[in-house]
Amino acid sequence: MQKSLRKYGWLFLLPTLIAFLIAFVIPFLAGVWLSFTEFTTVTNAKFVGLDNYIRIFTDNRDFLNAFWFTVKFTVVSVVSVNLLAFILALLLTKGLRGTNFFRTAFFMPNLIGGIVLGYIWQLIINGVLSGMGVDLTYRAEYGFWGLVVLMNWQMIGYMMIIYVAGLQNIPSELHEVAAIDGAGGFATLRHITLPLVMPSITICTFLTLSNSFKMFDQNYALTGGAPGKETQMLALDIYNTFYGSVGNEGVGQAKAVLFFVLVALVALIQLRITRAREVET
Amino acid sequence: MKKILAITLICLVLLGSMVGCSRNDENTLYFLNFKPESAAAYNKIAAKYKEETGKTLRVVTAASGTYEQTLKSEISKSDAPVLFQLNGVIGYNAWKDYCKDLSDTEIYKHLSDPQLAISSGEGVYGIPAVVEGYGIIYNKEITDRYFALTNRATKYASMDEIRSFEALSAMVRDMTAHKDELGIRGVFAATSLKSGEDWRFQTHLANLPIYYEFEKGNIDISRDDISEVDFSYNTHYKQLFDLYLNNSTTDPKLLGSKQVADSMAEFALGQCAMVQNGNWAWSQIQGVNGNTVKSENIKFLPIYIGAEGENTQGLCVGTENYFAINAKATPEKQKLAEDFLAWLYTSESGKDLVTNELGFIAPYDTFEEDEAPSDPLGKEVYEWMNKDGVNTVPWVFSIFPSQNFKSDFGAALLQYAQGNKEWSEVVSLFKTRWKEESA
Repeated sequence: MQKSLRKYGWLFLLPTLIAFLIAFVIPFLAGVWLSFTEFTTVTNAKFVGLDNYIRIFTDNRDFLNAFWFTVKFTVVSVVSVNLLAFILALLLTKGLRGTNFFRTAFFMPNLIGGIVLGYIWQLIINGVLSGMGVDLTYRAEYGFWGLVVLMNWQMIGYMMIIYVAGLQNIPSELHEVAAIDGAGGFATLRHITLPLVMPSITICTFLTLSNSFKMFDQNYALTGGAPGKETQMLALDIYNTFYGSVGNEGVGQAKAVLFFVLVALVALIQLRITRAREVET
Repeated sequence: MKKILAITLICLVLLGSMVGCSRNDENTLYFLNFKPESAAAYNKIAAKYKEETGKTLRVVTAASGTYEQTLKSEISKSDAPVLFQLNGVIGYNAWKDYCKDLSDTEIYKHLSDPQLAISSGEGVYGIPAVVEGYGIIYNKEITDRYFALTNRATKYASMDEIRSFEALSAMVRDMTAHKDELGIRGVFAATSLKSGEDWRFQTHLANLPIYYEFEKGNIDISRDDISEVDFSYNTHYKQLFDLYLNNSTTDPKLLGSKQVADSMAEFALGQCAMVQNGNWAWSQIQGVNGNTVKSENIKFLPIYIGAEGENTQGLCVGTENYFAINAKATPEKQKLAEDFLAWLYTSESGKDLVTNELGFIAPYDTFEEDEAPSDPLGKEVYEWMNKDGVNTVPWVFSIFPSQNFKSDFGAALLQYAQGNKEWSEVVSLFKTRWKEESA
């Protein structure tokens, strides 16, 4: 029995394996291969070596500009989303009246798609700015903070739910012990609560980090990169390179591969750092 | 239970791999259309075609602005589009390998002006579906009201006397001074510069300086290796663009959120007297709720930028809508596509559908004068094209290097309008981006 299982075990994996190959491995490898070629359609690609990768940095500065803008955006939004979500979670685990209603209300924006949110916030922000006689495209800073607000609005509710779950998992005895030992509110938070919700922090930072880094629809709908390309993030830059000009499909593909490497790298580093701080209960 | 689930999943995987085959019928012509606004009309055409010839036309329409993407993925399938569309020389360069030589086809023989087709060397690879024209659309009711003013500062008595930038500019400025008496908020509709909505300026208006530059330099635009331009008529461009900005319904700092639809609505509601756009805008004007513009008062004026000899200049007429036949399809399928085009532009019922359903001004000699479109702007284009002593300006912009180039130029125009960029920076961006994107 054991022997035949070992011999034929792979057969049972086959259906899943085929699906995995078709839907993931093959497109991924084809994508990497295409980044080394010049192509219009995937069937007439011509190998050009590292040319596309060199052109990312020599053709123009778009990719680098988009990269720094994305990094700035990611840092600001990861900090603000997590901070605000955590504070909200703390408030909504205190047993206040209407807790369930508030949790639902804060979570709702997450259910709306990015494009729709982008357009709605464009209207709101333009409405506010028109009081000053300008609009969202007037300065890059407006677009930047607009994106941060949008991201916060969309992500806070989701992160809050994860934090709420984490907070509710902390045994209440620990808080009682701390109170008996004379620890104040801040000390309890610092030494009891935070270490114990570390797993939630890992998940939340991972989600916000990767979502901010990969953001596309909100960026596309809210600013579209305006003014100029100053508020263009990486994903939008890749999209514009691929579809906006003729003969640059290979460069767009190369950018996408680099983008993948970047996202994977950042996420791995972040996971390693926050994991190291998790404790066992 | 689990067994059933597993079997279902396996079936799903197998099914997924089988979908997409079949449907390859011999009498079916696959046409990938790029104008979403024409989709309904093409469906009617397909029905009529089936009725008359028994052949099936399968029309697939790409969503607005996604034609290139759709074509890229569709054409690599085994059931690829046989009849597809090109937007001009740039599109032809991208799809060269897929364009069949059409010089022997019946439809090409009927083309009224061979220059309208996309040709390269001896071959003809794209033939126009339509010609369209654009210029400055004006509301005659408001301009007449201006000419009736006794305290106006200009000597002009009718729009026929406006034959240069100088005249236009003097008149527009004076109209702005009298805007309350005329009952308008500004002479020109908002210069819509929101990204994606700025094509009236980054493409259409930019056509004129480049046209004059090529005229002066004797540059042949059918040659497609124009990798550098001087933009030597940039001051001409600027003076008209400034006129648009300073005599508008909208503060230039707010233009980044204005769309073409906003501008057309202002025109339709009589809040402004002029707007730069083409004959396709008629449906938009007509569709605005509570519009006050009467169709007999909608007229065209050429876009005067102040270049020498512009008093004989006409509207900008051309197309971005060409038919091409897939060179990699089977000869039988190609024949099917040729037959369809011939039917559409030469048979009585085909011509009727072109004029009345698609609303096209068709550049083929099979069309009689009374078969011109009936909408006011289409009629105006037709009249301007046939006016004596008027030179129609071709759509040189079809050789603009890429969408990226146009978007970047449009973004720079917005920053200039907002006062965040010097004109000299806009000019140098135009030149460097042109060069980069042509490489």
